[in-house]
Amino acid sequence: MRDVAIVGIGSTQFGRAQWSLLKMMCEASHEALADAGAGDRRPDAVYVANMGAPRNNKMAGLASALVDRLNLYPAGAETIENGPASGASAVKHGLHAVASGMCDLVLVCGGERMQEVNNFEATEFVSYLSHRYAEYVYGVTLPALAGLFARLYMERHGVRPEHLAMVAIKNHANGAKNPRAHLRIPVTMEGILTGPDAHNNNPWIADPLRFFDCCPVSDGASAVLLAPAAMAKEFKPTPVRIAGMGQATDTHAVHERPDPTELTAVRLASEQALRMAGLKPKDIHVAELHDAFTILEIAESEEAGFFPKGQGHKALERGETKIGGRLPINPSGGLKARGHPVGNTGVSQIVELVRQLRGEAGDYQVPNDPRNGFAVNFGGFGNNVLATVLTRGV
Amino acid sequence: MNRPLSRPDRRAPYDWDAGEYLSPEEERMIDELEAMLRPPALPMAPYPAKAILLASGETMVVRQAAVDEVDKMLEIIQPLTWVGRDFYDIVSARLFAELLGWKTHRVRDEYCLVGVIDGVLAGIVNGRLFDEKHGISYHTLTLKRGLRVGAHLFAAKMEHHIEYLGQDEVWIVAESPIGHRRWMIEYPLDKKFEVQHELGGAPAWVLTKETYHKAKSRLVTGSRPVSAESLAQSSPIREPDLRAMLVQIENTLEARI
Repeated sequence: MRDVAIVGIGSTQFGRAQWSLLKMMCEASHEALADAGAGDRRPDAVYVANMGAPRNNKMAGLASALVDRLNLYPAGAETIENGPASGASAVKHGLHAVASGMCDLVLVCGGERMQEVNNFEATEFVSYLSHRYAEYVYGVTLPALAGLFARLYMERHGVRPEHLAMVAIKNHANGAKNPRAHLRIPVTMEGILTGPDAHNNNPWIADPLRFFDCCPVSDGASAVLLAPAAMAKEFKPTPVRIAGMGQATDTHAVHERPDPTELTAVRLASEQALRMAGLKPKDIHVAELHDAFTILEIAESEEAGFFPKGQGHKALERGETKIGGRLPINPSGGLKARGHPVGNTGVSQIVELVRQLRGEAGDYQVPNDPRNGFAVNFGGFGNNVLATVLTRGV
Repeated sequence: MNRPLSRPDRRAPYDWDAGEYLSPEEERMIDELEAMLRPPALPMAPYPAKAILLASGETMVVRQAAVDEVDKMLEIIQPLTWVGRDFYDIVSARLFAELLGWKTHRVRDEYCLVGVIDGVLAGIVNGRLFDEKHGISYHTLTLKRGLRVGAHLFAAKMEHHIEYLGQDEVWIVAESPIGHRRWMIEYPLDKKFEVQHELGGAPAWVLTKETYHKAKSRLVTGSRPVSAESLAQSSPIREPDLRAMLVQIENTLEARI
């Protein structure tokens, strides 16, 4: 097995795209190839992560279309659909291809254009990943599942609405510094929870989750270029190595888990990734966690091993997860503010970590020269999770 | 032969140097015409200003606009008439015409409310009285997006019709999917398809007193009285930075609920 490095990154502005899904993916891919200084070198394979194009954009076979649009023939091309974990899954396939020696240069692009349909339809299509007969037919959407999860989690661990609001406030503040973030609007505790007009500004979505506890419906695309670590010097930027990757699954229906507040797949995937990297949670300097709902950032920070169970919200209170804190979480704004183009998110988390590890994150750069980054890409409602560890240098 | 430029024995009908552009006869005729062109006006109770603390922590003062603020508003709205995103073009073009009609006394019983953050215009809503008991909602234009400014201003408009103007119902049409979700679904409004709304197009919907009072705690917010300092800061209206406003309108997430 060869070590694999990320030698180029690119991403679009997140939000509501004015262009087609394919054009967004081309933009991100062009940027990744240019960032690498790839010149005339062409990828041997292209992996595309996407969840909703056949339904929302009336497009299928995106990877083949991207190869054609970028004139990358005869590169192999595959589209990976693994729900909201599609992005990290596609990176994993790229990793396999390069590590095995099957390919030398692999382009991985995640793209999603969700706002081509209205928000009711977007919520509906995301809810397709819930259990068809145990959840979906009863009208259970992802916000509803997250609301049920949050209620139990809060009751069990003493998490209060203020803690959920703290996640939103932190990630909106971070997103406001990220020029490519979807939501660049700082919010305050008074404005979204405690003030006289907070109940109107921040209405209920799925009790106890409110509007600002939920990620936006976003369009966006991101891309990474992978190469063997041994070849990384042939490319322009500081290489970042994929030091570890883990993946685990769990029951499809959340109620079938022995304890629905345990995100076992997050724990197992994180352990695998850290073990592969030869690192401990304390060695991680920056993390991008899958905060589709604010409660998930708290829960994942515990399952990944950064804080003891039931202590994630305490660390948040102490400011440990802010930029400048002991372990900055979601300095890019996370899904909450950077945005959540579902199939793309896993790739964009890795792109943001590479920016941090290269020291190129600008206003939202984590201080103290971070060397190790960690991402959790959460599929379904925790039934298919990938964790990734990145390390600067090869 | 040289002729004098003016003849002092024949006075011109217009003494431009004295600032007179119309003869007394012309002035009389025009006054009579103007009186015929101007619609009569119903008495309207004023809308008392209120302050809303937004999610961002900024305070938005919602107050009634004066007709002498129309020129400034037109200046701000005009560039949006070319923005196709979310029907900003049609909404701003029609609002432009309605405000101009208000200023030039060509629309009957119109009013306008504005949302102002730190002196900068954040949104405009307007409407008019169809008669004493029925109101007509015209437009809601949000200049600062992502903070429910439009939702707050629309709610203020409904509050004005029902609570201060004492009307029984307000007739409403939406010109964008966002508007339809915000008003028809979120309140929710009732169908009033038998009424032809004067904005034309889509069938009309209605907000009744009953609907309003059911939705009030959920959608109508704000504190009164507004401090003299905040009120003073809300006037005169200042324009938002044009580039920032256009970028935000293009990029910001539309209302999600």
